[in-house]
Amino acid sequence: MAGSDKLNITPPRWLLAELSYKCPLQCPYCSNPLDYAKYPHELSTDDWKRVLSQARKMGAVQLGFSGGEPLTRQDLSELVRYARELGYYSNLITSGYGLTEDRIIELKQAGLDHIQVSIQASTQELNDHLAGTESYQHKQDVARLVKKHGYPMVLCVVIHRENIHQMPQILEMAENLGADYLELANTQYYGWAHLNRDALLPTREQFAEAEQIAQAFKEKVAGKMKIYYVVPDFYEDRPKACMNGWGTTFLTIAPDGTALPCHSARELPGLDCPNVNDFSIDQIWNESKAFNFFRGTDWMQEPCRSCDEKHQDFGGCRCQAYLFNNDMYSTDPVCSKSPQRHRIDEAIAAARELATSGTEKPLVFRNSKNSKQLF
Amino acid sequence: MTINPDQPISFSPMHRLQWEEAQQKFVILYPEGMVELNQSSAEILQLCDGSRLLGQIVADLEAKFATAGLTNDITNFLNVALQNGWIRQA
Repeated sequence: MAGSDKLNITPPRWLLAELSYKCPLQCPYCSNPLDYAKYPHELSTDDWKRVLSQARKMGAVQLGFSGGEPLTRQDLSELVRYARELGYYSNLITSGYGLTEDRIIELKQAGLDHIQVSIQASTQELNDHLAGTESYQHKQDVARLVKKHGYPMVLCVVIHRENIHQMPQILEMAENLGADYLELANTQYYGWAHLNRDALLPTREQFAEAEQIAQAFKEKVAGKMKIYYVVPDFYEDRPKACMNGWGTTFLTIAPDGTALPCHSARELPGLDCPNVNDFSIDQIWNESKAFNFFRGTDWMQEPCRSCDEKHQDFGGCRCQAYLFNNDMYSTDPVCSKSPQRHRIDEAIAAARELATSGTEKPLVFRNSKNSKQLF
Repeated sequence: MTINPDQPISFSPMHRLQWEEAQQKFVILYPEGMVELNQSSAEILQLCDGSRLLGQIVADLEAKFATAGLTNDITNFLNVALQNGWIRQA
């Protein structure tokens, strides 16, 4: 199933280390797999050190410590220190929950480069509702402490129908907190977000209004704050260049050591994703079935196969093709050339119907109880 | 925002300049991103250590590479670097 340019495999540049699926928050748009509770095993400190070392040797340099909540790992500072010695640029992707000033200092001394704090909304009530945990005030304090201790402060807000109306207040909050970077991440509908899509997907009008506000703000703060805007691909007519191309740049290691070409790839059937306990990163990246599955363009069907844009977007997202078309080889249904584009439009219409009728569907929160009930 | 020739230039503490063995080039690392540098850009940025003025950076590089007339190229690059936040002045 390997692509035509197998000889030109580029080395990994980004390593996402999902240290743990444990999380004190319960965000209903979490990108972790719905069945995460089936994988309680976590790699040991030594396993992680081996992974970091092997991936670094191949050329990985950007490192994200993520989860779940990476702060639940007691060996986080040790891993950060090890990563720094290897020359990684490391990023802690955290809810901020449980992060004390002492730990912020300890991580800084260990060599952590920056901290990305997620905030769910601009008001305490909505933030705490979405997080499923009282956390708003603490997150604000953490954001200030991150700044105080000289880290570049990256604020991440996931945008969806429940908070999109707060866009002006979210931007104001980012400015008040002195964020150096603001990631406005329109929800991508995988994992828990897919399950809750009808309740989370904004209408086209809501999205257009929010985007306009964000765009004006971007110009206002140019030179002071950098805005990363993750587009909601449902409202585009071309798919995203998912992961910059399968097996070209990104390597995700799940808490149990499963190596994934993208953090959602666990949902795809028949990939036989390898585990770092059985293979080296070199073997996984270069030789495994999973990482070669969608490399190159040989796997493509029409309309991708003959499309002159196939080297720009690589056919879009395999997980989205699978979720909508039950066929992971098909064109990402977001694409207007896809024969299944109507399925995206139907999803938009269904969410809109709920949004305008006032009969909101209850959100299914991401926690172990719900994960076990679903599987 | 342009380079002030009377103020020393330092590399931004919010970025990291680093040699990448696997890529055989210098890169600038920052949250969520990386810029790959060509050799001349890397030579210039390595001299942005907070002690040198623009004129000294030009003089040092012209001496190192036994050449002259680098002022415009270096100034243009440093202006871009300043706008990108890779370097700062005072």
